[in-house]
Amino acid sequence: MSPVLAGVLQLIALIAALALAYRPLGDYMAAVYSSPKHLRIEKIIYRCIGANADAQMRWPAYLRGVLAFSVVGVLFLYLLQRVQGGLPLSFGFASISPDQAFNTAASFVANTNWQSYSGEQAMGHVVQTAGLAVQNFVSAATGMAVAVALVRGFARSRTGELGNFWADLVRGTVRVLIPLAVVGALVLVACGAIQNFSGIHEVGQFAGGSQQTGGGAYASQEVIKELGTNGGGIANANSAHPFENPDAFTNLFEIFLILVIPFALTRTFGKLVGNVKQGYAILATMGVIWLGFTALMMWTEFAHGGPALQAAGAAMEGKETRFGVGASSIFSVATTLTSTGAVDSFHSSFTAFGGGIQLLGMMLGEIAPGGVGSGLYGMLVMAIIAVFIAGLMVGRTPEYLGKKIGTREIKLAACYILITPTLVLGFTAASMVLPDALSSMLNTKAVGAGSHGFSEVLYAFTSGANNNGSAFGGLNANTPWYNTTIGLCMLLGRFLPMVFVLALAGSLAEQKPIPETAGTLRTEKPLFAGLLVGTILIITGLTYFPALALGPLAEGLS
Amino acid sequence: MTAPVKPEEPGSMSTATPTRAPHQDVPSGHKPGDGRVGGGLFDPKQLVKSFPDAIRKLDPRVMVKSPVMFVVEVGSVLTTIFACMSPSDWFGWAIAVWLWLTVVFANLAEAVAEGRGKAQADTLRKAKTDTVARRLSTDGTSEEQVPGTELRIGDLVVCEAGDVIPGDGDVVEGVASVDESAITGESAPVIRESGGDRSAVTGGTKVLSDRIVIKITTKPGETFIDRMINLVEGAARQKTPNEIALNILLASLTIVFLLAVVTLQPFAIYAGAEQPMIVLLALLVCLIPTTIGALLSAIGIAGMDRLVQRNVLAMSGRAVEAAGDVSTLLLDKTGTITLGNRQAAEFVPVRGTTEAEVADAAQLSSLADETPEGRSIVVLAKEKYGLRERHQGELVDAEWVPFTAQTRMSGVDVDGRKVRKGASGSVITWVKERGGEVADDAQQLTDAISQAGGTPLLVALEDERGPRVLGVIHLKDVVKEGMRERFVELRKMGIKTVMITGDNPLTAKAIADEAGVDDFLAEATPEDKMALIKREQAGGKLVAMTGDGTNDAPALAQADVGVAMNTGTSAAKEAGNMVDLDSNPTKLIEIVEIGKQLLITRGALTTFSIANDVAKYFAIIPAMFAVAYPGLDTLNIMRLSSPNSAILSAIIFNALIIVALVPLALKGVQYRPVSADKMLRRNLAVYGLGGLIAPFIGIKIIDLLISLVPGLN
Repeated sequence: MSPVLAGVLQLIALIAALALAYRPLGDYMAAVYSSPKHLRIEKIIYRCIGANADAQMRWPAYLRGVLAFSVVGVLFLYLLQRVQGGLPLSFGFASISPDQAFNTAASFVANTNWQSYSGEQAMGHVVQTAGLAVQNFVSAATGMAVAVALVRGFARSRTGELGNFWADLVRGTVRVLIPLAVVGALVLVACGAIQNFSGIHEVGQFAGGSQQTGGGAYASQEVIKELGTNGGGIANANSAHPFENPDAFTNLFEIFLILVIPFALTRTFGKLVGNVKQGYAILATMGVIWLGFTALMMWTEFAHGGPALQAAGAAMEGKETRFGVGASSIFSVATTLTSTGAVDSFHSSFTAFGGGIQLLGMMLGEIAPGGVGSGLYGMLVMAIIAVFIAGLMVGRTPEYLGKKIGTREIKLAACYILITPTLVLGFTAASMVLPDALSSMLNTKAVGAGSHGFSEVLYAFTSGANNNGSAFGGLNANTPWYNTTIGLCMLLGRFLPMVFVLALAGSLAEQKPIPETAGTLRTEKPLFAGLLVGTILIITGLTYFPALALGPLAEGLS
Repeated sequence: MTAPVKPEEPGSMSTATPTRAPHQDVPSGHKPGDGRVGGGLFDPKQLVKSFPDAIRKLDPRVMVKSPVMFVVEVGSVLTTIFACMSPSDWFGWAIAVWLWLTVVFANLAEAVAEGRGKAQADTLRKAKTDTVARRLSTDGTSEEQVPGTELRIGDLVVCEAGDVIPGDGDVVEGVASVDESAITGESAPVIRESGGDRSAVTGGTKVLSDRIVIKITTKPGETFIDRMINLVEGAARQKTPNEIALNILLASLTIVFLLAVVTLQPFAIYAGAEQPMIVLLALLVCLIPTTIGALLSAIGIAGMDRLVQRNVLAMSGRAVEAAGDVSTLLLDKTGTITLGNRQAAEFVPVRGTTEAEVADAAQLSSLADETPEGRSIVVLAKEKYGLRERHQGELVDAEWVPFTAQTRMSGVDVDGRKVRKGASGSVITWVKERGGEVADDAQQLTDAISQAGGTPLLVALEDERGPRVLGVIHLKDVVKEGMRERFVELRKMGIKTVMITGDNPLTAKAIADEAGVDDFLAEATPEDKMALIKREQAGGKLVAMTGDGTNDAPALAQADVGVAMNTGTSAAKEAGNMVDLDSNPTKLIEIVEIGKQLLITRGALTTFSIANDVAKYFAIIPAMFAVAYPGLDTLNIMRLSSPNSAILSAIIFNALIIVALVPLALKGVQYRPVSADKMLRRNLAVYGLGGLIAPFIGIKIIDLLISLVPGLN
């Protein structure tokens, strides 16, 4: 079988699996978030944290819940790393330095999982399991809660009430993420991923000599890392490491885990707004972009130039031979179009255009299908922008899902789309003139790789501000400058948008619904999905075109 | 004027003919499939005439209101400074000149739009020349001459033939014909009389006959004509909600592009290709949405102006926008859906008589009846039965019996014959009193006509054979030609039509079915109307209606778009947010279309403006960086001749496209009443796709021309 065919077949298998899971999972999540009943375990949790899970919250209260919970998460994670030196089961690893501890805490709470450390050489079992893995669950559940709150803003009328953050958070964790993670972890263990709390072993190498390797709860961490679009692995090599991702099947399974919730949430959205077709239109938009990016990626990675690449049969540098070009391309697009950032191959080694596709995927705001929750709300904000620009062309003031897109809504949506470009372009520009920042770059003009070096810095901030977490190697990011600025990017890029999303949800929920007539823009039609794809590509393209031209385009066209 | 015979149903409301017969034409100039709210003349000369205004608007305090163009102006100033710093560089000067032209073109668009209103305002001002008022003393006995500007609310003034009415008010005494052409442009005089719904007079109009006493209802300076002047001049113009929202989006796009350009310099420095400030400013101006930024306010002004051209005054731009969103239209039956008066449709004989006999008697009884109903009987008799219209003069001994509210009949006594026509009860009583007999099928016939939605008039004759009922005239409301098609179009646009009528439900239903409206409200009282509006609004719909009477005022105020007829009372005009100077209720449909067209134009030009940027990047980015990264020259897909020429071409295209689109902004994009889906598909193809492609071609052509200029490359 040719590698191209193998890649295409894997893609088809993946689409089939996602299609099978779409309706049951989407409907189940809709039921979870609209059920009036609490499980016994949930009631115990509410009692412990002192939350009244039946109280309806208006957007400021909901936001306070999100922020308070996240601040506590950052502080706890920071402290845990700072005292690691005194914790048991830590392989004797030292405490983490303040700037790196801040960066890591911000990273995991913001669902980014940017890692400026090397997992197996820095973090012990306690920090991994009680700190990082916990955040992998709850940061994902937080994103889903905010998305559900926005959907309720569309679905509800003449009320400012958006539901209860604590209930949404706990349900997302207990009823969605944990059950799926348990099943997923068992599959991974069955396929050879490891799961233990053992210490460091001395193991022999094939080529002679020996190396040290530590155990860990790899399978359980791996599954939530993908399922919650987190991305932070135990191993520095991430999903390219055989402990995390043993073979081609687990690789495909992990891609499935990355995509399954973000895609299924469009069904949940359709169910909750009472029109599944609206969900299908959003799904179609996400699907077209995802497939298009995947196809482009496979094309650019297979159609390689240069004698070394041709000798290898493909652009194999940085890719695992057990996955090959096709699967690596699918994985890398899935991870950059969601806020995952897990990698099974090394993005810096992709062709220049491949790197550009990864960058652009994140720059779109990770909305196709995007992070769990964050993908849906990001896409809905873009839908509001698209409705506003083009909706006027049907001769009515813009409306989406029966809600007017007026001054307040467009103000909030505009603020939302301003955040990440400001962070990404601002910090990248600063890094291009600050000597401290420049000295972290390993690829520079001096070594004939100026545009690639630029891409690395651009990638770092794009990844941070969009909460992706994957890295383009070649940049030493463990410096005070990068730890601090990327940490800020992750926090601001995660929580500022949530502020605007929740305010938007509150504003929408207060409106009275406008009935649909033949004069209404039909947002469930293919035409609208096409329009939305165009709006997303053009708005993002225009914002980042100069930066992309000086990075991957300059490199690829040279 | 004799009142027409009225149907006998209880609760039916007056359908009296309006003062000036409503325009009976089918909505102006409508051909099927034809964009009909186009219109709005554009004369290139206006560009020249408005030039001084455009220069005046360069004042930063004015410019700052449009954030996009303000950025361009700041860019122009900076570019000029940089050009001065290296005066020998032709490129800097060329960019500076074209940036200034961009700003001037934007101002020109606005100035041209305003200029058209100014001409109208000047005409109105002429009507406002200082008048001398004849104020009555409080006891009403003596008169004093005061300037019109000194009148206060509540003053009583006298106007006689030839006087110009000094201020807005209501007639409290007398009847007069008034020439309102100063405001409406309509030369036929209108009747104004005390009491009722025709009492309002407007300052600046002229009394042609008789004497009236007017009670002043507005302060000088706040009269209708003052407000009109302000409105058409745009002095009172405030940004509408959608315009504000769009401005926010444009401002945020401007910020995004500002960010993209500001951060580009550090990137460029790292790449070893530091850019001159002028080039960065040029890139910025190309990227920010200047096209829509420049034309946005012109689009709004032109939208209002298109209404003014149709003799509709919108009191706020908000109302025009709301018109585009309307999903329920309340249309008065009379004058809007039907011609405004019942017309004879057939003559039905009772058993034992012939149709011709009925026709003959009916015609005879109607010869002196000047009401439209009466005329229509004569016409029908002529057209259908070939009965020549007899002139009143031919019947020398005729004694005409006019209609009165008591007898509810009219007719004639001639040659020993007495002919009567009228409401069935009255005619039957008349026949019985005279010892005649009433054919037993007369009642059945009248009932049948009533049930079909018509109005029956009995015709009776007393001659040598004694008094008897001959038959029935079937009066029918005639639905205006073309209305049915219009309602179909409205339905396609998602607009529901509700017919409002004082008729009983049976009559109402018959007419509603014939006209093809979606719903009707029969035996409507003002309270019913109000309740209907509130019910629709509670369901999230926007409602538009027309009205003229004082009792329409609450509903006009409640409706999202309330169009008051100029013939109506001042209360109605005060309550509505638009006034139709022609008092043509059918115009409501056009108003909705103009509202939609305004929004479509805004959306189309926004889409066009944003789509344009793609091509500009392909022109400018390779021009900036092809030296540092030669590979980037691949992006120069237009194969522009040189970096300088590429940047300059993009800037020139950016400026010229504004001028090129001024006519479109003023006229509005082509509009057809079709479903939202079709409309979006078409507009996306024209303005979205067109916006992507057009600049590639435009920039290439400009570049070709520039490369012909010797010495530049």
